[in-house]
Amino acid sequence: MLHIVVCVKQVPDSREIRIDPKTNTLIRIGVPAIVNFYDLHGLEEALVLREKYGGRITVICMGPPPAEKALKQCISLGADDAVLVTDRGFAGADTLATSYVLAETIKKVEETWGPVDIVFTGKQTLDGDTGQVGPGIACRLDLEQLTYVEKVVGIDMATRRITVHRHLEDGVEVVETKLPVLMTALKELNKVRRAPMPGMLRAAQFKPTVWTTQDFPNLDRSKIGLKGSPTIVAKSWVPEQKAANTEMIDGRDVQVKAATLVDKLWQTDLPARFGWDQKAKG
Amino acid sequence: MAEEVKKQPVDDMPDWSAYRGVLVYIEHREGVAKSVGWQLLGQGKKLADKLEVDLMALVIGYNVQHLAEEAIAYGANRVYVCDAKELQNYRTRPYSRAAMKVIHDIKPEIVLFGATATGRDLAGAIATHLPTGLTADTTELDVEPHPSRLLLASRPAFSEKMMATILCKQYRPQMATARAGVFEALPKDTSRKGEIIHVEFEMDEAEIATKVLDFIQDQSKINIEEAEIIVAGGRGLGGPEPFKMLKELADELGGVVGASRAAVDAGWIKHEHQVGQTGYTVRPKLYFAVGISGAVQHLVGMQNSGLIIAINRDPDAPIFKVAHYGIVGDLFQIVPAITEEVRKRRGL
Ligand SMILES: Cc1cc2nc3c(=O)[nH]c(=O)nc-3n(C[C@H](O)[C@H](O)[C@@H](O)COP(=O)(O)OP(=O)(O)OC[C@H]3O[C@@H](n4cnc5c(N)ncnc54)[C@H](O)[C@@H]3O)c2cc1C
Ligand SMILES: Cc1cc2nc3c(=O)[nH]c(=O)nc-3n(C[C@H](O)[C@H](O)[C@H](O)COP(=O)(O)OP(=O)(O)OC[C@H]3O[C@@H](n4cnc5c(N)ncnc54)[C@H](O)[C@@H]3O)c2cc1C
Repeated sequence: MLHIVVCVKQVPDSREIRIDPKTNTLIRIGVPAIVNFYDLHGLEEALVLREKYGGRITVICMGPPPAEKALKQCISLGADDAVLVTDRGFAGADTLATSYVLAETIKKVEETWGPVDIVFTGKQTLDGDTGQVGPGIACRLDLEQLTYVEKVVGIDMATRRITVHRHLEDGVEVVETKLPVLMTALKELNKVRRAPMPGMLRAAQFKPTVWTTQDFPNLDRSKIGLKGSPTIVAKSWVPEQKAANTEMIDGRDVQVKAATLVDKLWQTDLPARFGWDQKAKG
Repeated sequence: MAEEVKKQPVDDMPDWSAYRGVLVYIEHREGVAKSVGWQLLGQGKKLADKLEVDLMALVIGYNVQHLAEEAIAYGANRVYVCDAKELQNYRTRPYSRAAMKVIHDIKPEIVLFGATATGRDLAGAIATHLPTGLTADTTELDVEPHPSRLLLASRPAFSEKMMATILCKQYRPQMATARAGVFEALPKDTSRKGEIIHVEFEMDEAEIATKVLDFIQDQSKINIEEAEIIVAGGRGLGGPEPFKMLKELADELGGVVGASRAAVDAGWIKHEHQVGQTGYTVRPKLYFAVGISGAVQHLVGMQNSGLIIAINRDPDAPIFKVAHYGIVGDLFQIVPAITEEVRKRRGL
């Protein structure tokens, strides 16, 4: 039996965000709020592991009350329980403050539903896009940390050891560690299922457990929200296109244009640097 | 940077005089460094000079003395080396333990990592342990001079549509991960002098639960991030075949082939060639954009190239705004003509 916690964040679909060209500000109106899609891959893998090894899945989300919708979606997909951690005091959190609150939440989940074996987060979010919350949680709860997981090979329930493939820039690492573990999910991990009808019905009735700062008597107030966040956004701006002094190459025909361009290239340090002047070998 | 950050008052900041110097983490696989480390030393040098402090490097691994020497050749004044069998492969626990020890001992004011899988994994753990602020995936790094000495860490936000400058005033060190291919390394100079300091590492293998069983190197992979010459093609190529024509020019110049997302999505070429926001950020010395219109998501991945040449039949294509040289015309005629001309010039 496994107890799996899946962390989900509700995010604006930043692919839909446009910049108002007059004011240079973000147009947020009409931008849909969605479940960060990497998190759904985390949930999907949790469902697969529950099917294989048995157990339960608790989904947690820190966010404003409308984020309840994200949790209902997770319930429709098959999660057992869902917790919304919401409070004005949590607002304005950077990754350090966020990982603190989520780690405290997971501790409370353990008190409520029993010890946790696996925590899933997404690889990163669509809005903050840092990929730092997963490592932050692992560090705070002293879990083994497996980031960028593209495949869970299996879990040996007797020895409580898990084997996964991690996808790195230059290849795939096969790595084994012991539970409890935190994994960050890539989209290659699986294909997210569609919500089955019974799940949708359950979600329609479902009310997530809501925890506020009141529910965490030992919470260190200096570590949450804006106050607990070391990073400060000092300014934001719309980058201007770097205007180069473009020189257009003209000529009576293609050969002349090509020759003019290659002349220009030969006036730089590139031929010497890359040995273009030396004849090709063989 | 578009405009200056408002001068930061220092009266609300703690006294950070115990923290001095810039530290760069040197990532490697089996003793072969990733170029992002050298790029960060290049940028780190500018920051260190402005703050009038040392530029330091951190090397963690097994049999990695040569990387310390290389770091000096790339500009570090001082290199801290943790060399132990247990550190052969990257694993979060032992690496973060080693890095934390160095950070505690030397108290740098700034620590930089590549925004790679490993860099983010490690920096995320360390920033939480310390604790301190960590700015992710930066593409601009500057500092305010003494007295505030603040790191101005700027990063793209909202699918690259905006930039945000992030500060960390109440904690030290200030930490950031930085995108590969954005900053420029200093020329490697083996006559540079520097100090190498060995740091004891004590952690028993039995204490480390995680074991790396295997690493399957992606063999087919072209290393576009490290390429110094790229000939990139877009939707204008119309199919997979014409990429051979680009490959010929690239081979002649000693470069590799790149692509726009339109070409990758059409299935004409693999994603590992893709330049741009959802592909790779590149900074070659020479970049050809062939049949690429120049969408902003493409430009963010290549606009810092040394010399940009655009070939497009549409004179109003936005790519011409960032190119140094532009040719308006049919790529199917122009590219072979250039290849021919280069061959001639080389006396072939
Ligand atoms: C433009 C912009 C830039 C920012 N830059 C930085 C920065 O450089 N450094 C910094 O520290 N903060 C930064 N922040 C703040 C930061 O993004 C968050 O607000 C923080 O709450 C979550 O970080 P993330 O979105 O990057 O999450 P990531 O670390 O990318 O998220 C990884 C995973 O953690 C889980 N997770 C994250 N947040 C929640 C949540 N609220 N509830 C449940 N699960 C969650 C999800 O599973 C998610 O997939 C930035 C915010 C914005 C809008
Ligand atoms: C979230 C997001 C992420 C994205 N990430 C990326 C990314 O990482 N990289 C990327 O490249 N794009 C990315 N895009 C897509 C980007 O917006 C553009 O759609 C894409 O770059 C267009 O590719 P293209 O220039 O090849 O095609 P087009 O815009 O169709 O341009 C084709 C060009 O070829 C020229 N042409 C046609 N025939 C000829 C000929 N015979 N001779 C000469 N010229 C000719 C045309 O004049 C035209 O300018 C992203 C988009 C989104 C929304």
